[in-house]
Amino acid sequence: MASIEEFMAQHHKACDARFAEAEAAAGGGDWTVAGRLFKAFEKEMAHHFEMEEAVLFPAFEERTGMDGGPTYMMREEHEQMRQILAAMTAAAEAQDADEYLGQAETLNILMQQHNLKEEQVLYRMMDQQFGGEADMLLARFDEVGAA
Amino acid sequence: MLQPGLKFEQAPPISVPFRFFLSAPVFGLACAGLILWQGPELFASRWTPSALAATHLLTLGFLASAMIGAMMQILPVLVGAAMPAPRVVAAVTHVLLVLGTLALTGGFLLLQPVSLQAAVVLLSTAFAVFAAAVGASLARVRTWNTTVGVMALATIALAAAVALGATLAASLGWGLALPSASIHDLHPVWGLLGWIGVLVIGVAYQVVPMFQMTPAYPSALTRWLTWTIFAVLVLWSGARLALGEAGAPLASALGLALIVAFIAFALVTLGLQRQRRRRQADVTLDFWRVGMACLVAAGACWAARLLVPERLPDGFDVFLGVLAIAGVALSVINGMMYKITPFLVWFHLQSIVARRTTVPHMRKILGEREQRAQLRAHLAALALLFASPWWPLLAYPAGLALGVSMALLLRNLIAVVRAYRETVDRVTVSSSG
Repeated sequence: MASIEEFMAQHHKACDARFAEAEAAAGGGDWTVAGRLFKAFEKEMAHHFEMEEAVLFPAFEERTGMDGGPTYMMREEHEQMRQILAAMTAAAEAQDADEYLGQAETLNILMQQHNLKEEQVLYRMMDQQFGGEADMLLARFDEVGAA
Repeated sequence: MLQPGLKFEQAPPISVPFRFFLSAPVFGLACAGLILWQGPELFASRWTPSALAATHLLTLGFLASAMIGAMMQILPVLVGAAMPAPRVVAAVTHVLLVLGTLALTGGFLLLQPVSLQAAVVLLSTAFAVFAAAVGASLARVRTWNTTVGVMALATIALAAAVALGATLAASLGWGLALPSASIHDLHPVWGLLGWIGVLVIGVAYQVVPMFQMTPAYPSALTRWLTWTIFAVLVLWSGARLALGEAGAPLASALGLALIVAFIAFALVTLGLQRQRRRRQADVTLDFWRVGMACLVAAGACWAARLLVPERLPDGFDVFLGVLAIAGVALSVINGMMYKITPFLVWFHLQSIVARRTTVPHMRKILGEREQRAQLRAHLAALALLFASPWWPLLAYPAGLALGVSMALLLRNLIAVVRAYRETVDRVTVSSSG
C-alpha cells in the first residue's frame, strides 16, 4: 500500500537536490549551467505544487470539508514560494549572484519549514483519511504531467 | 482525528521574540564591560563574585533570554501549540528576567544580600510565568512528537536549574545553610546540560538538516538521546544528593555517560554537516561548527576532571566553564540568530505588505558581510577568553574582543529591526498617500 507521506516526502528531497545543484552553479558564477539547473528546479517545484493543488488538496478538502484549514495555509505558502521563484528567475537572467543567493536563502527556509509541516502533519492526516485509496490518488499525478 | 497545527497565523507578534533577542547582546556588552573592569581577578576562580556575575550576565542575560524568545516563536509554529496571551507572557517574563539578572549580578558584585533576595523573587517569578505558559501550550498538543518531547524536557530541566540556583542565591541572601554542597555542581549541570543542552539538541534535529540540506539525524539518536540524557541527569543528581561520598564512583560513571552522549551528538552533527547538499559559505554553519568543536573539547575536559582531578592545573574549572558557556552555547545561539531574525522579519513583512511592495530577501535584511565580521570578532573573543584562565593579563584584550563582538551583534540585530520598520513605513506611506 502506497503512502502519501512517503511519496511526497521523497519528492521534496528531489526538489531539494535540484535546488542545491542550481545554487552551487550560481554561487560558482557559471550562469549557463546555473540557468539550466534553475529551470529544472523550477519545473520540479511547479510539478510538486500541481500534484498538491490539483489532486491532493481538493481530495482532502472534499473528504474533510476543511477548505479554510491546513490546505489553505499551504496554498498561501505556495504563492509566496512562486513569488520568490519569479525573483530568482529574474536574478538568473540578470546573472546577479547576490540577488539570486539571497532569494535562495529565503526560499530554502520557507520551503523547509513548509515541507516539515506537510510531512509531519498534513500528509499524515491525508494518509489517515485515505488509507488504501492513496494508490488511486497517487496514480492521478500522471494526469497533471510527469516530472 | 484532525490535529491542530499548520496554523501559521498562530505565530506570535514579531515583538514577542525580538525583545528577547535584542536585549541579549546588551547583557553581553555588560559582561564584556565587567571583564574589562575586573581584569585578571575575574578568571582566578569560579567562586569570585565577579566570575559569578559575569557568568550570569551571559547565561541569564544572553542565553536564557535568546532561548526563551526562540521558544516562544517555535512552540506555536513548529509544534502547533499556541501559547496563551503571548504578548503578556513575553512582556512579564522579559521585564522580570532583565531586572532579576541585574539584581543577581549586582548582588554578587556589591555583596548585597537584599539584592540577592530580590533576584530570587524576580527570577523565580520570571521562569515560573514562562514555564507555566509553555506547560499550558504543550497541554494543547494532541499528538506528541520528538520536538514536543524535547521542549517539555528542556523546560523541566530549566525549572530544576532555576530551583537549584534559587536555593544557592537564597542561602547567600538570607544566610541559610545549604541542604547539600552538591547543589554547587547540580545547578550548572542542570542549566547547561539539561536546559541548554537538551534544547539545542532538539532544535538541531530540525534545523541542521533544514538550513544546509544535510541528511536527517539517525532515528535511533533522535528517539533516545534527549530522554537518555535527562534520565542520566536525574540519576546523577540522585547519586550526588543521596549517596554523598559513597556515591562518587557512581556519579563519575554517570557523568562519563553524559559526556559520551554529548560528544556523540557533536560528532554526528559535524558528520551530517560535512554531507550537506548546500555548499555555499554560511555564517550560521560556521558558528555551529565552532560550537560543536567546543562541545567535544568541553566533554574531554569534563572527563579529565572526573578521571584525573589531581593532575589538573589551577584554572581548569574556569576554562571548562568558559568553553561550555561561551564556546558551545554562545556560538550556537549567536549563529542561530542569523537565520531566525532575518527570516522572521521577511515572514512578518510578507503578511503585512500583501503584494503592495516587494519584501527584501534575507540577505538584504542582514548582509552576509556584516554577519561574518561579527563571527570573526566572536572567534577572537573565544581564543582570548580560553587563554585568560592561564595568562591572566589576556583578560583585558578578551573583554575588549567580547565587547566588539557583542556590539557588532547588537548593530546587526538593530539593522534587522530597521529593515522591518523601513518596509512597513513604505507600505503605510503608499497606502495613505
